Amino acid sequence: MSKIHVTTTVNGDEVEFLCDPRETVLDVLRDRLGMTGSKEGCGTGDCGACSITLDGRLVCSCLVLGAEAEGREIETVEGIATGEDLHPLQQKFIEYAALQCGICTPGILVATKALLEKNPDPTETEVRYWLAGNLCRCTGYDKIIRAVMDTAADMREAS
Amino acid sequence: MALDNMKTTGFTQVGTTPNRPDGLDKVTGRARFGADVTAPGMLHAVIVRSPHAHARIKRIDTSKAEALAGVKGIVTRADFATGLTGENWNILENVMASDTALYDGHAVAAVAATSALTARDAAKLVEVEYEILPHVTDVDKAMAPDAPVIRAGAADGSVPEGQHPNVVRYHESGHGDVQAGFDEADLVIEDHFTTEATHQGYIEPHACLGILGGDGKGELWCCTQGHWNVQKICAALLGLETANLRVTASEIGGGFGGKTAVFIEPVALALARKTNKPVKLVMPRADVFKATGPTASTSMDIKIGMKKDGTITAAQGVFRLQGGAFPGAPADMTAMCAFAPYALSNVHQVGYDVMSNRPKQAAYRAPGSPMAAFAVESVIDELCGQLGLDPIEVRLKNASKEGTKASYGPTFQRIGLVETLEAAKAHPHYSAPLKPGQGRGISCGFWFNHGGETAVSLALSEDGTAQLAVGTPDIGGSRASMALMAAEELGIPYENIRVTIADTATLGYNEVSHGSRVTYASGLATIEAARDAVKKLCGRAAAKWGIPEDAVKWENGCAVPSGPNAGDFDPLPMAEITANMGATGGPIVGHFEATPEGAGVSFATHIVDAEVDPETGKTSVVRYTVVQDAGKAIHPTYVEGQFQGGAAQGIGWALNEEYIYGDDGRLQNALFLDYRIPVASDLPMIDTVIIEVPNPGHPYGVRGVGETSICPPLAAIANAVSAAAAVRLRQLPMSPPRILEALEQKRDG
Repeated sequence: MSKIHVTTTVNGDEVEFLCDPRETVLDVLRDRLGMTGSKEGCGTGDCGACSITLDGRLVCSCLVLGAEAEGREIETVEGIATGEDLHPLQQKFIEYAALQCGICTPGILVATKALLEKNPDPTETEVRYWLAGNLCRCTGYDKIIRAVMDTAADMREAS
Repeated sequence: MALDNMKTTGFTQVGTTPNRPDGLDKVTGRARFGADVTAPGMLHAVIVRSPHAHARIKRIDTSKAEALAGVKGIVTRADFATGLTGENWNILENVMASDTALYDGHAVAAVAATSALTARDAAKLVEVEYEILPHVTDVDKAMAPDAPVIRAGAADGSVPEGQHPNVVRYHESGHGDVQAGFDEADLVIEDHFTTEATHQGYIEPHACLGILGGDGKGELWCCTQGHWNVQKICAALLGLETANLRVTASEIGGGFGGKTAVFIEPVALALARKTNKPVKLVMPRADVFKATGPTASTSMDIKIGMKKDGTITAAQGVFRLQGGAFPGAPADMTAMCAFAPYALSNVHQVGYDVMSNRPKQAAYRAPGSPMAAFAVESVIDELCGQLGLDPIEVRLKNASKEGTKASYGPTFQRIGLVETLEAAKAHPHYSAPLKPGQGRGISCGFWFNHGGETAVSLALSEDGTAQLAVGTPDIGGSRASMALMAAEELGIPYENIRVTIADTATLGYNEVSHGSRVTYASGLATIEAARDAVKKLCGRAAAKWGIPEDAVKWENGCAVPSGPNAGDFDPLPMAEITANMGATGGPIVGHFEATPEGAGVSFATHIVDAEVDPETGKTSVVRYTVVQDAGKAIHPTYVEGQFQGGAAQGIGWALNEEYIYGDDGRLQNALFLDYRIPVASDLPMIDTVIIEVPNPGHPYGVRGVGETSICPPLAAIANAVSAAAAVRLRQLPMSPPRILEALEQKRDG
């Protein structure tokens, strides 16, 4: 089967790749572009560990085909920090121990960053429902929710 | 007896909550987990699995798969070692079936190809001819006289005569005279309970990368809770010399016991040997559900007698555990944990380990204890209710204490159950008013905790920093607690300790990260290694000052004379000693290698408020409080995290999670959509109270905290549901259809 040539933007950089028509954006990121920050926990869109934004919209990258990335803008966990400066969410997740094993953390950071861009002042319930598609098996979510709420408060104060 | 070098006060670093050393890696995507590495020329592998619950493998034809372009090698059982016995044989049989597929998802062959897609295509071309055999997946049915035999001769000598061949292990323990005890009781309740199998549900599927040459030398990268165990088992299953296989543990995306077992690593190595290329193998999620992990399902009978004043006069339990197609279900531990929270004169418990056509069960956080607690603590709650007694007061009245002869045999040393109960009673949650439709439940829980083989090395650098190498994979922030303990002993900043999870070539054998052993055993080893290094540092200072070694002591990161008679010298900081190490005797490295056996047992008490929707049968957990004895919390935030995580897993087990098998013996819910673990919107905040009753077997009093937290939730929630909706659920999970059925039965009288 011949491969498809795709030109897209990942974390602000233009990239090109060839992919099999069956390969997902997650496959491409991990296996063709060497960006293993996005994780595959299920491959069926149930766990959210592969969360990215596509033209600003939060999606499971395991449910989007690589070929669909043509001309789009992809943001992944690798693009959240600015150089050496961690995003406030990243900083707060470390401070609050909002991760234990850390496998769900990339997806949760991508998802919560997207939330705060849409809604800088979410309620606890809104955070919980927004993250309902991102499974975490270690923390019971308590420290994650607190980290997100307090980051949102800090960012509102700073802006 | 407490260790004579025990320290329980005056900490400067232990008990603080610095950022974890690997925090940046984990929030930027830089941390490398099982599936995140590659090697030049690497192939991708896929495992071919049986779609049948029980079937004889008559023929495997790989010719069509081999003919596919890009396929480089296929392995079957013929490519593994022969002549294995005991557990090595069981593991190999589970890793790759020989002549019979024993469960839906049992591996029968594996393909390596130049791409993952090609490997997947090729796997579909492997033709396997099966002769379907009768199957059984239910524990009670597997013990019945007419049940199909999973494997004749699998039972050991512990099993009494007259049992079905599927009963493969038997446990019996207790003391006193239970019949006499029941005769003394004012009320005796006897009930039957069942729990379904659940999966550990780690978000990272098993993944590995194996390299193995014709010279029998190999390398393996994998996500595991214990790489020395992987090394040992892979060497046996492939006929290698252990030292020739170097295993490196990747970052691990959750384990909870499920990654103490070996599933795919020998397959990747067999394919690597066959193709002479590196082979990467990543399990699809459906395979994770079908072929790894789950807990045992259970069928249990509990009988407890109580006096009107709340005194328990006797307790008896029968625990039947279905552990899949191999021996190993924790029937013994289930029985031993069941009544451990209580000081009982008369207690008797029996456990049956039963095989069925399901995947080989694996450890899951306090294996067996949550199920036993569900049954026992539900009966105690019923007794309290019928006798009009407060559930915490009754538990306090019967609580095990220091000196109590435990239900499973030994005499308890210092323990903290009473302290957790008192703290729960005093917690605002316990007296908070409930809204209509809500109910409150409590439960206690117990876990043994474990020590195990441990080796640690602490190498000092010339600039006064230190490299700590431990052998226990960091599942939930243990690097932080190791660094805190090393910093405490050395008297240098936490940030100056670099903690590495060493590979198998670097340290002596380390048992897996299980049994809540890491902060206890690797922590103890870290402290002792640091003390060893300090002794050597003091020796260098003594030589410099020309005074005896025992005239030097270590204070605040400096060597100082131990008293006025030792001489008058300025404190010598660690960095000044290490700067000249080469000229004063060479590198300074602290070591500790031992099998610590003083892991203190741990107890918890949980309080939960639940609300039951009478129309849908859905139960919501509206408030949750965990009170648990940590002995000494090294990094309190990560201790809280263990409490919260265990509670959340217990909530899932209680309300939603279950393995559902069809009549055909096939697993019907092998994906996260249908096997629904708790999501953020399912849970409330989980409040925690850390109790610190020092464990006399650890230099700082640490008790393991990882497992006990999952023991109380099942019963606490069942008790809350009973209080909320006046229905007693004796079958887990308490899913909406089961609650609705119970409510209907109550209505129909």
